[in-house]
Amino acid sequence: MASVAEKVVAGDVRAVARLIRDIDDGMPEVREVLKELYPHTGKAYVIGITGAPGVGKSTLVDQIIAHLRKRDKTVGVLAVDPTSPFSGGAILGDRVRMQRHSMDPGVFIRSMATRGHFGGLTQSTRSAIDVLDAMGKDYILVETVGVGQDEVDVVRSAHTTVIVVIPGMGDDIQAIKAGILEVGDIFLINQADREGSDKTLSDLRLMIEMDQKKYDQGGWKPPILKVQAVFDKGVDEFLEAVDRHAAYLAETTGSLNFRGSRDKVRQELGEMIKARLIEEVLIRLTESGEFDRAIDSIVKGKVDPYTACEELVLPVLAR
Amino acid sequence: MKQKRRVRVMVAKPGLDGHDRGARIIARAYRDAGFEVVYTGLHQTPEEIVEAAIQEDVDMIGLSSLAGAHRYLFPAVVQLLHERGADDIVVCGGGIIPEDDIKRLKAIGVREVFTPGTPLDQIVRWVEQNVTPR
Amino acid sequence: MPLTFNDKIFDDIKKGREKWEKELEKVFAARPERLPRFSTVSDREIGQLYTPADIKAQDFMRDIGFPGEYPFTRGVQPSMYRGRLWTMRMFAGLGSASDTNKRFHLLVNQGQTGLSTAFDMPTLMGYDTDSPKARGECGKCGVAIDTIEDMEDLFEGLPIDKITTSMTINPPASVIWAMYIAMAEKRGIDRKAIGGTIQNDMLKEFIAQKTFMCPPVPSVRIITDTVEFGTKEVPRWNTISISGYHIREAGSTAVQELAFTLGDGIAYTEEAIKRGLDVDDFAPRFSFFFNSHLDFFEEIAKFRAARRMWGKIMKDRFKAKDPRSWWLRFHTQTAGCSLTAQQPYNNVVRTALQALAAVMGGTQSLHTNSLDEVLAIPTEEAATIALRTQQIIAEESGVANMIDPLGGSYFVEALTNRMEEEAFEIIEKIDNMGGMLSAIEKNYPQQEIADAAYRYQKQIDEKEKIVVGVNKYVTEEDIPVEIMEIDEELESLQIKKIHRVKNERDNRRVEACLERVGEACSGDTNVMEALIDAVKAHATLQEVCDVYRKVYGAYRDPGIY
Ligand SMILES: Nc1nc2c(ncn2[C@@H]2O[C@H](COP(=O)(O)OP(=O)(O)OP(=O)(O)O)[C@@H](O)[C@H]2O)c(=O)[nH]1
Ligand SMILES: [Mg+2]
Repeated sequence: MASVAEKVVAGDVRAVARLIRDIDDGMPEVREVLKELYPHTGKAYVIGITGAPGVGKSTLVDQIIAHLRKRDKTVGVLAVDPTSPFSGGAILGDRVRMQRHSMDPGVFIRSMATRGHFGGLTQSTRSAIDVLDAMGKDYILVETVGVGQDEVDVVRSAHTTVIVVIPGMGDDIQAIKAGILEVGDIFLINQADREGSDKTLSDLRLMIEMDQKKYDQGGWKPPILKVQAVFDKGVDEFLEAVDRHAAYLAETTGSLNFRGSRDKVRQELGEMIKARLIEEVLIRLTESGEFDRAIDSIVKGKVDPYTACEELVLPVLAR
Repeated sequence: MKQKRRVRVMVAKPGLDGHDRGARIIARAYRDAGFEVVYTGLHQTPEEIVEAAIQEDVDMIGLSSLAGAHRYLFPAVVQLLHERGADDIVVCGGGIIPEDDIKRLKAIGVREVFTPGTPLDQIVRWVEQNVTPR
Repeated sequence: MPLTFNDKIFDDIKKGREKWEKELEKVFAARPERLPRFSTVSDREIGQLYTPADIKAQDFMRDIGFPGEYPFTRGVQPSMYRGRLWTMRMFAGLGSASDTNKRFHLLVNQGQTGLSTAFDMPTLMGYDTDSPKARGECGKCGVAIDTIEDMEDLFEGLPIDKITTSMTINPPASVIWAMYIAMAEKRGIDRKAIGGTIQNDMLKEFIAQKTFMCPPVPSVRIITDTVEFGTKEVPRWNTISISGYHIREAGSTAVQELAFTLGDGIAYTEEAIKRGLDVDDFAPRFSFFFNSHLDFFEEIAKFRAARRMWGKIMKDRFKAKDPRSWWLRFHTQTAGCSLTAQQPYNNVVRTALQALAAVMGGTQSLHTNSLDEVLAIPTEEAATIALRTQQIIAEESGVANMIDPLGGSYFVEALTNRMEEEAFEIIEKIDNMGGMLSAIEKNYPQQEIADAAYRYQKQIDEKEKIVVGVNKYVTEEDIPVEIMEIDEELESLQIKKIHRVKNERDNRRVEACLERVGEACSGDTNVMEALIDAVKAHATLQEVCDVYRKVYGAYRDPGIY
């Protein structure tokens, strides 16, 4: 019998789907599989797509899939939707827009909920990306709703990070500036059929050009493109921009395989350690009951949270 | 971190009929019950539904049909799941389905069929009791 | 302004009401009200008692007036049912064209005065029976029409120059209509002599029923072609039946049904005017189609409000001059979604009450659902009971003796006013979004309906709303109901039929015709003549619809939940 990792590398859809489920459900067994898969990763090109709810990200992903397929590229999609804070459930609605590709063997689409991952959404999505990468997908598209830091971090780890806005967002653009402007490699103004796209374009341009010095020194200057996802307009131009960005990355970092970049590996490993540490420490403290006891003590005013935290964490690390 | 496995279900509309009121309502009820729900949208072939269910690794597929085509469509989904080695995915159905047909559908592996008027919490309870997240 | 009541009355009413309310308090102190909150099926709160004070601003002549006169609150014809009863139009369609033809003959012999055709899902979606998309669906909820031959079989022996035919079809309505016209012409009947209705209302499809083919903008363009063609060539035909029925079935409230339906009507009118047609040339041929749901008075008020609103919209907004343009004529169907699989015979009673509301609301024609509709396609017996229900209302109940019997009821008038107000507010919202087409693109009506439907279901689950036999008065044993069986072999027979037609026809002529359809679609020639030629050449329904899909692209479900 082939191992899970072997099945994944062979492109077994069911095995891939189940492995991602295990990652999502936080099963510790997956670590061994991921280790085995690591040598098979680093080949896919990852595009992260984020933006406010309803701007048309999924519609766009649907069209990008179609265009990549025309170029004979295989595509994996991870579409992340928010978990309801009230019930813990979620309606994963992105797939509806992409469902026409469901019978295409060159496309794998997976919906994920943000849940309340201890290990962090970033970590589980990154592992899922590795799985699709090992499965042999040429491109991996990751869609998240750009509302929380987690969601932004997810797309940030991509080769190319795409920020989608729509005309008439006005003040929201200011918000983008505060939050995610600096992570965007490409800006898309979707729904450009609607009024006000020129205004949005000039607003965005103004903000981006504030960093002019950086570009003068050879930094990547994010292009701003108008698209109309539902009408399939502007998607080719977008993919050309992705190609240019990929060429820029290859030139500046020496390779598109981030496995070889010290900076990227440092960042990734750092985050992995962070996530793992939190996970391990929280598991132990929860299982031993110390976590709950400490909460009680703080609530009753017996101890301050700073002391409690120190008393909890240091012994665990010493163990 | 060991988490509790979440129930994942797919709500699917096979066939050409567009009456999705029931499907949409049940999707929300599942969400409010704490399940993760993937909705396929309308006008799906059995093949599209099964492929999506496998990629999404759902524990259950809920099929909704109100125009009489369940006799072909529901068994087709069960059969395709079997061919893909995915018999563990529970299939249930809902809609305008006569009593005799319900018997026939159950005989070929549709686990439960809910007719109009079944309270949402009864359906949710059924799922909680009969579908274990893998 | 001469109001219905004078100020003196209001003082007396105020005093009287205060006194009565004190009494009421005493009664409720001993035993509280039966429910914490009294509300309609649409969740509209209902007061304890209505008096002239609730219709203070009412001006009889302006707001209520006389039947047949603007604003038509009381009915579009002066005589209403004193002159002629409503048309009892039962929707029928099952299996093959010749099966349905038999049912049609039966209905006509039983005294039915208009035919109404239900099509199967592949036909409704513009697919032939031999398409992979159509597997398992042939003849399941209506008749399968693939080519003009099926249309000929469907109306074999029926006097189509004398009866009117209503066809419930939307995305391929233009093609089905072309087949009907072509069939008539082949029989030597002039297109000017045939009468009937095609539903042909795509906006409500995007909003509610979700039978769609091409995106909204080209869909409306084709509809406008049919309106233009009907106006000039088939003057006795109702080219759009602007439908609230499905909006309601999808779970909307009564006011949403009213607002979205009239909103759709506004959009079609605007498009036809843009095409250069005079509003008075086409508006008289618009007809409406409403749902009659469970809440008796709310439904009656809805019908009355609808007439008054459309009158105002046509007269004030579109400056129509012909009084016939101001008429809102409508067909009604009782609410399929209100029927229960549990204790199915109760459905007869529900349907009777809903039919009564439709009649008291002044409908022009009525379909009553069969008791087994929620289980399967109606049996002949169940369909007969449904028709008899209408006949009992018409001939025995005495309701049809009186025009607008509830006019002047404080409650019904107040409700009518309130619903009109709220519906106009929604229409204004839609106007502010840039009209119905852009509201649909923004999923506004879809989302509103989805929310209302979920709310209602929750209320049933929590027993805030009662459904007899479902969440109250539940019994264990099910009364067996006879179920109509559809011949599973139908599909293969129908497929053979298409193949035969395809073999016998002149394929080169078909191709040339289809090419002309494509040219009409991409240019701005009216597509109807090209369609009639194509179906006469035995082009199939799907072949024509594929041209639409190719030129305009296919529309996919946006999946609003
Ligand atoms: N007018 C117009 N509408 C568009 C365009 N692109 C997408 N839409 C519509 O925008 C709505 C939202 O599209 P989605 O693709 O679901 O948006 P999203 O950003 O993925 O939404 P979430 O995942 O819910 O955050 C849909 O109704 C689309 O049809 C466009 O270019 N023009
Ligand atoms: Mg999305």
